[in-house]
Amino acid sequence: MNSLLLSLPVAGPIVAAGASVVMARSRPAQRWISLITLSGLLGLGIALLIAADRDGRVVTQAGGWPAPLGITLMVDRFSAAMLTVSALMLLTVLIYGIGEKGAERSPAFHPTYLLLAAGVAMSLVAGDLFNLFVAFEVMLSSSYLLLTLGGGAEQIRRGTTYVVISLLASTLFLTTLGLLYAATGTVNMADLALKLNQLPSGTAEAFRVLLFATFGIKAALFPLFFWLPDSYPTAPSPITAVFAGLLTKVGVYAIIRTQTLLRPGESKVDTIILVIAALTMVIGVLGAIAQDDMKRILSFHIVSQVGYMVMGLGFFTVAGLTGAVLYCLNQVVLKTTLLLTAGSVEYLEGTGRLSAIGGLMRRSPVIATCFALSAASLAGIPPLSGFVAKFSLIQAGFDGGFWWVTGISVAVSGLTLFSMTKIWGGAFWGRPAATHRALRPTEPLPRLMGAPMVVLVTAMLATTVFAGPIVGFAHRAATDLLDRDAYVHDVLDADPAGRADNVGSEQ
Amino acid sequence: MSVGLAATAALLFGIGTYLMMQRQLSRLIIGIGLMGNGANLVILQGIGRRGTPAFIGDSPSSAMSDPLPQALILTAIVISFGAIAFLLALAFRSWSLTGADEVEDDVEDRLVSRRGGTSEDVEDAEALDHSDELGSTPTPRQPSGNGPTS
Repeated sequence: MNSLLLSLPVAGPIVAAGASVVMARSRPAQRWISLITLSGLLGLGIALLIAADRDGRVVTQAGGWPAPLGITLMVDRFSAAMLTVSALMLLTVLIYGIGEKGAERSPAFHPTYLLLAAGVAMSLVAGDLFNLFVAFEVMLSSSYLLLTLGGGAEQIRRGTTYVVISLLASTLFLTTLGLLYAATGTVNMADLALKLNQLPSGTAEAFRVLLFATFGIKAALFPLFFWLPDSYPTAPSPITAVFAGLLTKVGVYAIIRTQTLLRPGESKVDTIILVIAALTMVIGVLGAIAQDDMKRILSFHIVSQVGYMVMGLGFFTVAGLTGAVLYCLNQVVLKTTLLLTAGSVEYLEGTGRLSAIGGLMRRSPVIATCFALSAASLAGIPPLSGFVAKFSLIQAGFDGGFWWVTGISVAVSGLTLFSMTKIWGGAFWGRPAATHRALRPTEPLPRLMGAPMVVLVTAMLATTVFAGPIVGFAHRAATDLLDRDAYVHDVLDADPAGRADNVGSEQ
Repeated sequence: MSVGLAATAALLFGIGTYLMMQRQLSRLIIGIGLMGNGANLVILQGIGRRGTPAFIGDSPSSAMSDPLPQALILTAIVISFGAIAFLLALAFRSWSLTGADEVEDDVEDRLVSRRGGTSEDVEDAEALDHSDELGSTPTPRQPSGNGPTS
């Protein structure tokens, strides 16, 4: 049962992608395959979420080999929640893409999109680092293709930067893996958590920093973020929304997973993480303020918001990680909604340049409402879900005595609000600029484009209403994350043959 | 553990890093390929001691070399093969569109850094922006003699 539940989120989309390639000539067939698969993924995510919240970690050893050697698939509360939110978001964005009639028309879109879903699901269930590497590659290879779909000069130019930086990150990851294997003889995360303790502390910390840098590129942390605002905005709108909502968050997930598991105790690396988080927040938001294009402003905010999650991790307390988990889940929904509104503005007006557009509130109240609610939530205005997440983070920071970084995060929050009001004032209030002629002056926004945004905003509002239970869940998830011994025990003892005594001797 | 292997890996990383600093896409791709191979050699080091090939039946399992790093390298080679093939296709597309084999600057960044001056500057930037939008359609930006017509 467990093995089916854990392997289907990966295998399902891959098989469906194959079917989608076969059906490349029929667009309706491709659409139905994608819709059904992603709905199934959402269902599996919810099933795993319930199972993980009720019984603790869901673990299986694919292929039947015992833990340190076999391929461990593992889902705990955090990864199950990430999987559910990601599936919801992939599904809604797919519907948006169908409504937009843009990139989705390419026969390559559906198979690649499903492979991306498989890669994301695989990263979330991976229990060993090499499997995580492969998952990242699956995810990134599909993202290369989606980013350059269409093949215009500008897309190719920015796609090249993205591909090169991703490949560099992969090479760094691979090198780290090689060194880790040479030092410990294992790539299984639970086994690594045990064996890193036996290494000299300097070596163990070097590995932590290497892994932090590797995933820092994918999560777009300062100073490794520059590729993101350059490459994301050129992609077709639904694809930008998926990347913004998902890819960096999967990077953050990998950072949280590895840093909590491989942390031997108090160390200087914790301070490095906090400093990087603070710089990421500040530089990201300052970059956003300088921009004029909606998608680019929002892309810089992705960077800034990642800083918050990493700050929550840097506290290494249950309260801090509770905030980080809440923030991460919340951001997937918020960032997707915001990028979808930016995409809708571009769809109607032909450009997202704030100096050229205006008065959209009257033209399309749906876009305006969705944007206003999400932007307010992003800035952390009570009582919206963004406030709940930000409040738990800031409370954790002050309780833990991290005054400086928490103070910075409060200030950045104010700048975020400023930057959101800039978009609001530029795009939604006022009159359209006299020189600009809208692309579709009278045409309303297609229903299929409006509905996904409304669904995502409703999900955001629902998390606001049910903030109590959700914070409770995040608290349990954070407790799980910090409980290394339980993780090691669950993964290594998971196989019924009881081969746990191999743990020490396997070399 | 062999010093030769480690030195080769270091050399590959060094050359790869140097090539990654170049602006020409073709050199950049070669650089990535070299660094990937360097990483594979690092994994190979993880085997530790020498041993016989890991085929069951050929030799006792205690004499075999560790097969896991070899399996990891095989996977890594396949992945980097695909990625580099894609990158080459991108480079070719870029060459046939623009006739140049260079990684270009971020246009939007230049636009932002131009703003904040006089209103003429802003108009300048708008004009530049407009020309970029035209450039993003798949027509060659600078027609050149050496690029093939696509």
